[in-house]
Amino acid sequence: MTQGVQVASLYVHNQDEALQFYVERLGFRVHTDARNGDYRWLTVQHPDQPDFQLGLFRPQAPTVDDATARALLEAVAKGAMPPLVLVVADCQAAYETMHARGVEFAQAPIARYGSVDASFRDPSGNGWKLVQAR
Amino acid sequence: MDRRPSPSADRDLKRLRRLLRAKDRMDAAPHEEWPVARLAQVSGTSEAYFARSFRDAFGIPPHRYLLTRRVERAAALLRDTDLPVTEIALRTGWSSLGTFGRTFRDITGESPGELRQRMQAMPGALEQVPHCFVRAAQRPDLRMAVSEKRRRTGDDTSEPTETEVP
Repeated sequence: MTQGVQVASLYVHNQDEALQFYVERLGFRVHTDARNGDYRWLTVQHPDQPDFQLGLFRPQAPTVDDATARALLEAVAKGAMPPLVLVVADCQAAYETMHARGVEFAQAPIARYGSVDASFRDPSGNGWKLVQAR
Repeated sequence: MDRRPSPSADRDLKRLRRLLRAKDRMDAAPHEEWPVARLAQVSGTSEAYFARSFRDAFGIPPHRYLLTRRVERAAALLRDTDLPVTEIALRTGWSSLGTFGRTFRDITGESPGELRQRMQAMPGALEQVPHCFVRAAQRPDLRMAVSEKRRRTGDDTSEPTETEVP
């Protein structure tokens, strides 16, 4: 077995919208999409990382109260969540593909510090740095 | 039970998300001019609504936020390059070297030259951290208007160099 991080998760405003974004625009695939009443366990996976799942969760009761859920979603919408980094072989090519699929880029690729980086956001406001592997 | 947010809560989140777009645009090009009309257009809001709601959302008026980004970028260039200070001032959105130097000192407490000397003498412990996050961590924390800061330090001998937009 492989030991290590298996799931790390993001808060998203709308799980349907997030699923569509991560799968259709970024090229992830669905790992688990299970519902129990109002709760939905939703994780996606990068095709090159079978041991890691990215969870796309809605902050909601009963895990958190309604006011907290709202505060969390506001923090996401304000871009206040911590850094996320997606590594690609070719930043410019990935940018072009993703941009054509409608991904909202905050910064087009810039070559600097021995690499190339760009940045984009998911529909909820989670910010990703797109970094070219060195 | 329906735990979906109410339509008005949903609208508020979407508004915040659009305000973030204006902040992102300033982040991407802080050297450009960002009058409220332009920012409001990016966010799809009225000018009156934009200025107030940006401050409510991010805790700082848009113009002041832009100044922190310019100073942050200038500080990075001072640290990481050997570009002349004049060139750095132009690249980071100031049209005059005097205004740049004054605003920079008002915000950081150091002149561009002093900061360059100090930063270049520091060891490179942050080399493993992606540079944009390093820059964000070193962004000046500007809690009051530059003119107010200057007034409080009893250094208000010149006319305001930047006009705060609410």
